[in-house]
Parts: sequence; C-alpha cells; structure tokens
Amino acid sequence: MTSLFEYAPALESRSIVDIRPSYGLFVDGEFTEGGGTPLKTVDPATEEVLSEVATGTDADVDRAVKAARRAFTRTWGPMRPADRGKYLYRIARLLQERAREFAVLESLDNGKPIRESRDVDLPLAAAHFFYHAGWADKLDHVGLGSSPRPRGVAGQVIPWNFPMLMLAWKVAPALATGNTVVLKPAETTPLTALLFAEVCQQADLPPGVVNIVTGAGDTGRAVVEHPDVDKVAFTGSTEVGRSIARAVAGTRKSVTLELGGKAANIVFDDAPVDQAVEGIVRGIFFNQGHVCCAGSRLLVQESVHDEVVASLQRRIGTLRVGDPLDKNTDIGAINSAAQLARITELTGIGETEGATCWQPDGVLPDRGFWFKPTVFTDVSPAMRIARDEVFGPVLSVLTFRTPDEAVAKANNTTYGLSAGIWSEKGSRILSIASRLRAGVVWANTFNEFDPTSPFGGYKQSGYGREGGRHGLTAYLKGASE
Amino acid sequence: MAAMTHVLDADALSGAPSPTPSGDGPPAPFRDVVASDSAFRAFLHGLPGVDQVGAQARTAVLGTRSIKTTAKAWAIDTAISMVDLTTLEGSDTPGKVRSLAAKARRPDPEDPTCPPVAAVCVYGDLAGVASEALAGTGIHTAAVATAFPSGRASREVKLADVRDAVGNGADEIDMVIDRGAFLAGRYLDVYEEIVAVKQACGTAHLKVILETGELVTLDNARRASWLAMLAGGDFIKTSTGKVSPAATLPVCLVMLEAVRDFRATTGVQIGVKPAGGIRTTKDAVKHLVLINETVGADWLSPEWFRFGASSLLNDLLLQRQKLRTGHYSGPDHVSID
Repeated sequence: MTSLFEYAPALESRSIVDIRPSYGLFVDGEFTEGGGTPLKTVDPATEEVLSEVATGTDADVDRAVKAARRAFTRTWGPMRPADRGKYLYRIARLLQERAREFAVLESLDNGKPIRESRDVDLPLAAAHFFYHAGWADKLDHVGLGSSPRPRGVAGQVIPWNFPMLMLAWKVAPALATGNTVVLKPAETTPLTALLFAEVCQQADLPPGVVNIVTGAGDTGRAVVEHPDVDKVAFTGSTEVGRSIARAVAGTRKSVTLELGGKAANIVFDDAPVDQAVEGIVRGIFFNQGHVCCAGSRLLVQESVHDEVVASLQRRIGTLRVGDPLDKNTDIGAINSAAQLARITELTGIGETEGATCWQPDGVLPDRGFWFKPTVFTDVSPAMRIARDEVFGPVLSVLTFRTPDEAVAKANNTTYGLSAGIWSEKGSRILSIASRLRAGVVWANTFNEFDPTSPFGGYKQSGYGREGGRHGLTAYLKGASE
Repeated sequence: MAAMTHVLDADALSGAPSPTPSGDGPPAPFRDVVASDSAFRAFLHGLPGVDQVGAQARTAVLGTRSIKTTAKAWAIDTAISMVDLTTLEGSDTPGKVRSLAAKARRPDPEDPTCPPVAAVCVYGDLAGVASEALAGTGIHTAAVATAFPSGRASREVKLADVRDAVGNGADEIDMVIDRGAFLAGRYLDVYEEIVAVKQACGTAHLKVILETGELVTLDNARRASWLAMLAGGDFIKTSTGKVSPAATLPVCLVMLEAVRDFRATTGVQIGVKPAGGIRTTKDAVKHLVLINETVGADWLSPEWFRFGASSLLNDLLLQRQKLRTGHYSGPDHVSID
C-alpha cells in the first residue's frame, strides 16, 4: 500500500493535565506522606519519568484501613442510601467533565492510545459510576432479600492495563453498596488513581470512604492481609491471585479474583469475514493486547483459514503503531520493560517451537517500549504460545474442522474468562455459546463492555463476578450471613 | 449551436436492438456464475454476509481519524477533484447547466491553484449543453439515464434513454438498476439489463446506481455490488440522491470491500461513487479515510472514486480558503453554482 494519503501528526495536548513532581498517599481525605521509598512512574512511550509516587508501608496501610473503618462506622455506613447515590452521581459527572484530563494522563502513564482512553476507558469508567449510583437505594432488588448489608472495608488491588476503568469497576460497586475502600493501584500506573483522589475531594466525599495507597507488591500484600479488611477484590495475574487466595484462606474475608485468560475467538466458515477480521483485530490488538479477556487464540475453520489469515494480515498492515497521544494511533506502547521482556520471551519460544511468525512492515520508535502486532500461524495446541497468556499484541492461529472440535479446542485451556463466536447462523451461535466454559461469550463482536453485564471467569481465570446485579452481591451480605 | 430544447430522437425506440448479454460475460474466474438464474442466486447468496453492527462500528472508529494541516489540504484538493458536480432538478435549464460547467472548470475564481472537479452530472437532455460548455477542459459530462431515478420503464425506453444521452455528448452514464427485479430475486434480469446498457454506452463509462436506500440491507448492497461488477459496470454508485438514506459510510465500506475483493480475484479494478447526503468537508474526508484504510491508495484518484454532490463543493472551497488564509470567510465568498 503506497502512502499517498499521509496523516499529519494530530497530537492531543498534554497541557490539559498538571502532573505534580511527587504524590503522597490519599488517606482519610488528604494526601499524606508514605513511609516507603518512593517509586518513579514513567511514560512507557518515551521512558521519561512522569512523577514520583509514595510507597505505602504496613503502617500506612493500617492508617488507611483504620480511616476506612471509621468512615464505614460513622458516616458512609449509616448514610441514607439515596445520599450515597448522590455522591456517586457527582463523581460520575466529574469524571465526564474531566474526561479529557483523565484520558491524557492515562495514555501518558499507561502507553495506551488516546483514542482508546478517550473513547473507551473514560466513558466506561463514568458509566460504571452512573450505573452503580442508580443501584445505591435499590439494593432490596439485588436478589439477596430485603435490606442486604455492606461487608465493611474493601481492600482492592488493581492492574496496570486499565488503571482508571479497573478503579471504577472496584470502587463504584463497593461504594454503592455502603462499603468503604482501600485501593492499591498498580505500581507502573498510579497517576489516574491519584487524580481520582482529587475528584473525591472535589465531590466532598466524606474522608476515609476512599483511600488510595500506592506502592508495589508489598503494599498490595499489606492491604490484602490486613486483619480488619472484610472483603478482598483483586484483578491481575493468576500467579498473584493464587497467593491472595492462600492468604485469605481460613479468614472471614470474602474474596473475588479476576485473573488471566487465553480466550478462543472462533471463526466459522459462514462468518461475516470482514467484520470477523475487525473483531479479531479488536480482540487481540485492543490496548496492545494487555487485556485479560483478549482473544489471543484464533480458532478458524480450516476451509476459510487462508482467506481469513490473508485478510487479517492486510488489515494489520493498516494499524498505526506509535505515539499514544496521536489521535490516529491504533497501537501504543507496551506498559513496561518487564512486560516487553515477557512478550519477547514468549514470542521467541513460539518461533523455537516451530510456529510461523508474521509481523507487518514498519519501524518502531527507538525510545520507549514497543512491540509490533504479531501473528503466529501453524500453531498447535501443545505450544506455549497456544497455552500461556502473553498479555501482548500476539495472536496464535489454530484451526478446526467441525463445531465439536472448535468447542473442544476452545475449552482446552486452564483459563476460562472469555470467548468469541463468529457466524451468521444464530442457532449455531447459541449452541456453541452454551458449551463454552468461559465467563463472557461474545457473538459477532469482541471486547465489548457494559456496566450492566457481569464479567468474570471459570477455572484459573478466577471467581466472582463484577458488573451488573451479580457484581453487587460480592459486596453485600444477605440475611443468612 | 446545440439544440436548446431537447428532442428525443424519433428512431430511438424503433431502432433498439433486442438486449442480449455481451459476448464477453463476467471475467474469470466467474464466467459460469451467470449461467442460470439458480447459479447466479447461489453465487450471490454465497458471498460472505455483512454484520451491520460491525460495519457501523468500523466506520465509527474511522470517523474519529483526525486529519489536520498538510493531510487536510491534500484531502480537500483530492476531494474537489473527485466531485461529480450535480444538478438533477425538473427546473434545470441550459443556463443553469452552463453556470455549473463554469464552476466546474474553476471552482474558486479567486484561486487558480484550485483543481477542477471530475465531471458535471445532468439529465440526458442537457448533456449536450454540458459537453459543449466543458469542451477541451478534460472535465467529463455525466448523464443519468435508464428512467432515472426510479428505473420503472421498459428496457427499450431505458436503452433509448442511454443512447440518447451518449448521442448528446455524455461520456459517462449513471444508470439505475431495477430494484424491483432485484428485491423479487430476479438477479439475472438485473444483470442482463446492465449488460445491455453497457453495450448501449459504447465507449462511455458506465456507473451503476444500486440505490442502496431501497435495497436496505448491507447484504443486499454487497450482492448488488457484485452483480453490477460482473455485468461490466465501470463504477458502482450508492444512490440517486432522490431516496433517503442515500450514501452512508457503512454502505460505502461494503462497496469498497466489494471492489477490493473483485480486483483481488479478477484483476479488474472498479470505481466507487457515493452520492447524496455528502455535504461537508468532514463527510468527504471521512470517505477518503475509508478508502485509504479499506482499499488503499490505488482508489484515491478521480479515476476510481467520485463524490456525487452539489453543495459539498462549496464547503470544500470554504475549508480550503480557511486553510490558506487562516480565517473563515462567509458563504458569499463562494459562488452559488
């Protein structure tokens, strides 16, 4: 494809966001010092240090949990549910008003393209607050009988792939159900959570209802293991999820875990091919593939394999990799050097194992962390690139011959978070969907999210659901409890 | 001097040969698909389906492309050069057509660097006026024919309409397909009519209007696109502009996919013309982005892509002036037609 029509750079201005040189912990409604050695957070597209962020120690976490407990007992717990709803509506509106600021900050800290932070992450984050605001005074209808009670203090640990959206998934249902929160953002992407702390102040949220304690793994562990935390919610790797499950075993804490995935995206020979190709691209290259429910295993019916792969490669050739703040960028930077190393290692293993690696032409920036969109063909189900979660823009293509084989291969994974089906035949979609062991099954679309829809996994993808009526139950106690 | 008032050639009806498909037939590897009604139906219904939600989502994302500065300047000039400047009113007069032709030659009288448009599009009876006014400019004279816009006339009348327009000097014919026959499933009838019109066109380029607003579904838009390409149309065109909705981005996407796939399998390149409803520079730029990211640069020229439009040109000119001078002028700084 020649470059007759070159898009001039269209950079979103970063002047809208004011990044402070350093940030403290947000505890009891105020920014305070942290006891640990501060962390530096970088822009993964340039490796430039954006800010220095406090690290919370055990003592800091204890302060935060105490503040949350106080707020739960004195203000937030006893508050009229309709008034809690008002605060949530206020936060939702502030997120909308300040959406551009949040989007730019998210793209700077995370590396994701501004098109996605602007059109997906922030609108969805606000939608989660709006949705849950409406629930605040209607909890009798959740399905737990009349007057379900909040659990108390929720300790929440969130990942770096959707920093602000995962915050919304965690904080909105917790607050709507009357809980208070101690949240630990990811080590590499703390900035939007700290901006959210400002929004809490702006909304006059009572002190201690939301506490944000930044830091690395040790801080997260302190939050999860704190004896006065009633409810633990975690999104992240299966490895860390396992250690959390061990840590809370035998305690009174309830826990939900949203972990990894290796989703099958199944394309039948009667699929709408052009839209299926779009869905494959959206499934694996959305957010640089840093998506737990990414469609990382393409299962394509053998009779249309060549046609689908050729269309897919042509389409990938039009993806624009580069500056996350350019409004025309489709694929941004890999979030960290560590993640880039893992992606590089696993793709290397894929080549060693004998799969065929394909990448489009094009030059990557010389600074920052980058990885080209990558497609592996000739992949067999035994290969590690067909089994391990890469968490990057790497697609493995496998084939099947019959619907039964498609189901068997799709379910042949230790995970079970999501799946996709592409077919023009409605009866086939329904029959396959009911046989897939995955928490979310998309039909003729992929990576489509909505606050009304529960999200969560089977097997090593975790347990519990977030979103919708199901998501609320994780934060409530019914009459029998 | 060309006749001011159009008179249908008295022999046009009686002299019409019975419509027979052209000897060539569809290009390889599709020679056999028109062998019978059932073969043609099986072929058209065997094309991959179009998921409407997915097609809309794709065009919505492409609609967010931010085209600025140098890219915008290139896009505006390219869009101007792709305009089929159109007047299709019952009240059209030779005077109106001549003033449109003058505008086509020099869209912005204050700026000689502004490119001319691709063609002037009129009813067949005024094709003579247009072609005379455009003589020597390289700007094409397009005429709508085949009982435009409804296409509800006998084939003899439609073919006479085409021959008449060509006789008047039109070197591009915009025909309408028989949507009634298409919706009734008589695909071979529609095909044979296009083949006959193509024959009647002689050397004139044939644009086949699918009137996608009446075909309604994107599946139909894809089938009609393939039908028209197999029948020998040089361009496939969305709409007459007389039916709403006219050109939409999802329809244009499906048609671009069709010409892309047709060239990939046959080696034959077909042009695309969205028409009706494209009024702003923003709309035009969205279409150019759609071409760029669906079929690529090979279609980014007036030889392969046209905009059927009347008011679009003035908005392109205003945006062009804005880019050059840095400030917006008013509608009085561009001519009415």
